[in-house]
Amino acid sequence: MSVLILAEHNNSEVKSSTLSTISAASKITNDVEVLILGFNIENISKEISNYQYVSKVLTLDNEKFEHAIAENIEPVIVSLADKYTHILAAANTFGKNVMPRVAVKLDVAQISDIVTIESEDTFVRPIYAGNALATVKSNDSKKVITIRPTSFDIMAKEGGSGIVESINFDLTEHNVEFIDREESKSDRPELSTARIVVSGGRGLQSAENFKLISDIADKLNAAIGASRAAVDAGYVSNDYQVGQTGKVVVPDLYIAVGISGAIQHLAGMKESKIIVAINKDEEAPIFNIADYGLSADLFEALPQLSSELDKLNSIEK
Amino acid sequence: MKILVTVKRVIDYNVQVRVKADGTGVEKENVKMSMNPPDENAVEEALRIKESGKADEIIILSIGEEKCQETIRTALAMGADRGILVKTNNEIEPLSVSKIVSKIVEIENPGLILMGKQAIDDDSNQTAQMTSALLNWPQATFASKIEIADNNATITREVDEGLERIKVKMPFIASCDLRLNEPRYASLPNIMKAKKKPIDVKPVEELGIDVKPRIENIKISEPASRQKGVMVADVAELVQKLKYEAKVI
Ligand SMILES: Cc1cc2nc3c(=O)[nH]c(=O)nc-3n(C[C@H](O)[C@H](O)[C@H](O)COP(=O)(O)OP(=O)(O)OC[C@H]3O[C@@H](n4cnc5c(N)ncnc54)[C@H](O)[C@@H]3O)c2cc1C
Ligand SMILES: Nc1ncnc2c1ncn2[C@@H]1O[C@H](COP(=O)(O)O)[C@@H](O)[C@H]1O
Repeated sequence: MSVLILAEHNNSEVKSSTLSTISAASKITNDVEVLILGFNIENISKEISNYQYVSKVLTLDNEKFEHAIAENIEPVIVSLADKYTHILAAANTFGKNVMPRVAVKLDVAQISDIVTIESEDTFVRPIYAGNALATVKSNDSKKVITIRPTSFDIMAKEGGSGIVESINFDLTEHNVEFIDREESKSDRPELSTARIVVSGGRGLQSAENFKLISDIADKLNAAIGASRAAVDAGYVSNDYQVGQTGKVVVPDLYIAVGISGAIQHLAGMKESKIIVAINKDEEAPIFNIADYGLSADLFEALPQLSSELDKLNSIEK
Repeated sequence: MKILVTVKRVIDYNVQVRVKADGTGVEKENVKMSMNPPDENAVEEALRIKESGKADEIIILSIGEEKCQETIRTALAMGADRGILVKTNNEIEPLSVSKIVSKIVEIENPGLILMGKQAIDDDSNQTAQMTSALLNWPQATFASKIEIADNNATITREVDEGLERIKVKMPFIASCDLRLNEPRYASLPNIMKAKKKPIDVKPVEELGIDVKPRIENIKISEPASRQKGVMVADVAELVQKLKYEAKVI
């Protein structure tokens, strides 16, 4: 059994999804190899080689890999595929973009978004927005898999002693050109790994009113999330969206404010440890899954919450 | 230019999906079926491109049972020109769908393929990427804006970090996000007109593609349900509970 995982990074930092993917791979073998493609990635290649479970880091450092273009990454993986029984990446927009290409080129089915590894060929994955769990067995000789990062613990960043090996690949040009990226910058914790998430929905009514959400998030050192309706209405940008077609989060505390609780939203947050719902409609479905429900007008409740938090002499952040 | 749009028939997104007691699947009897939501965005985008004069025919492709004709009709009523149903009563995995689409591309020669980014039943999010790799056409996944110029297009993609823009050469394949556009409703006269538009039905066997599933469903089960919690009287009580009972703040 040998597993290759595709690292996600921005050339200077390794994304936490990479750690979750290594962690998932370690459930299949203790011989995990990591492929990292990028530009000026000497430091992070070295860093990954120290991670627990990692036996080898294959690095391809080239300007052409500065941006993650699926058409460029896929042939590199395919060229290495012979040596591995499993190839894994994270089920986020990075992994989802690349891995189906790898699967089809190897003529195997891809197993998407797995949450449990039962054995080397049997996995559990949510379907129908998490309303059902499918236990699936792959009959392909090679398994191409994306894993749901929040379902696998992040392992230690040290304790490994992998070797770093640089590889070559003659990239033929493709018809895709990267133009630019508009990334939301914030000092808050990253949404997909934050310990506390405060999310706002259509009930917030405007982008300005989202200040009420960010005020609470600041006090709790929380990430901010949103429903699709809030994103569609332009209150916040798309990277805040939680749900079936957004991000999956599993924080210790999820506070849903002015969110009705559509199944597509629940798909992204219902595994949270503690769920709080603030909604003025006491019939709102979000209350069916909330540990603590408060039926109130958010425009009164949020300022009160802010001052109640101020009164606490300590907040665990 | 012809545009090929794929549409999948799925359980309507408003239906509360129930797992069958015997663990073989989910309840599909007497359940409302609809077009996979982002496929509606794909159809809408194709119509807008045609209306802007950049395309002259929109072909709708669905793969599945006879009833998928209804889904194709919905797209024809929105304004598409004709349909193709590749008929099979078996479950077809994205791998096979991508092979079937590639085969149809050989026959029809479209200049653009639009798909949904994800089917809301299997939540695979694979088919467009696979088709792109098979055809060796550029992929523009999770598209929330498509701007077509002469021989290329600029695409805005929804990624985890925010938005990314790429430029791709034609022909290319896009997977559409729900934010790409607002799908139109079919007007009554257009629904009538759609009844006369042709749908070509091809049994999957005719295409000579191996569509045997590679993944076996061992069982389909219900996820653990959450206990309904308590309602608190006011914000002060909520904060007390979070601090001293749940101990999360
Ligand atoms: C294919 C597909 C995929 C989707 N993917 C996602 C997804 O990933 N994520 C997602 O979130 N949605 C998704 N959706 C959309 C989803 O179906 C719902 O439409 C959406 O989640 C609703 O957002 P909301 O709860 O903010 O808005 P609404 O349903 O309009 O709810 C607003 C809530 O705010 C409450 N409210 C209003 N004013 C106040 C006030 N002053 N004080 C307190 N409460 C107030 C109301 O009582 C109501 O419950 C998807 C839909 C489809 C079809
Ligand atoms: N059986 C099918 N018939 C037509 N289109 C399909 C089918 N399966 C998948 N697709 C298309 O591929 C997209 C992505 O599906 P998936 O990869 O299964 O998430 C869908 O939005 C459809 O546009």
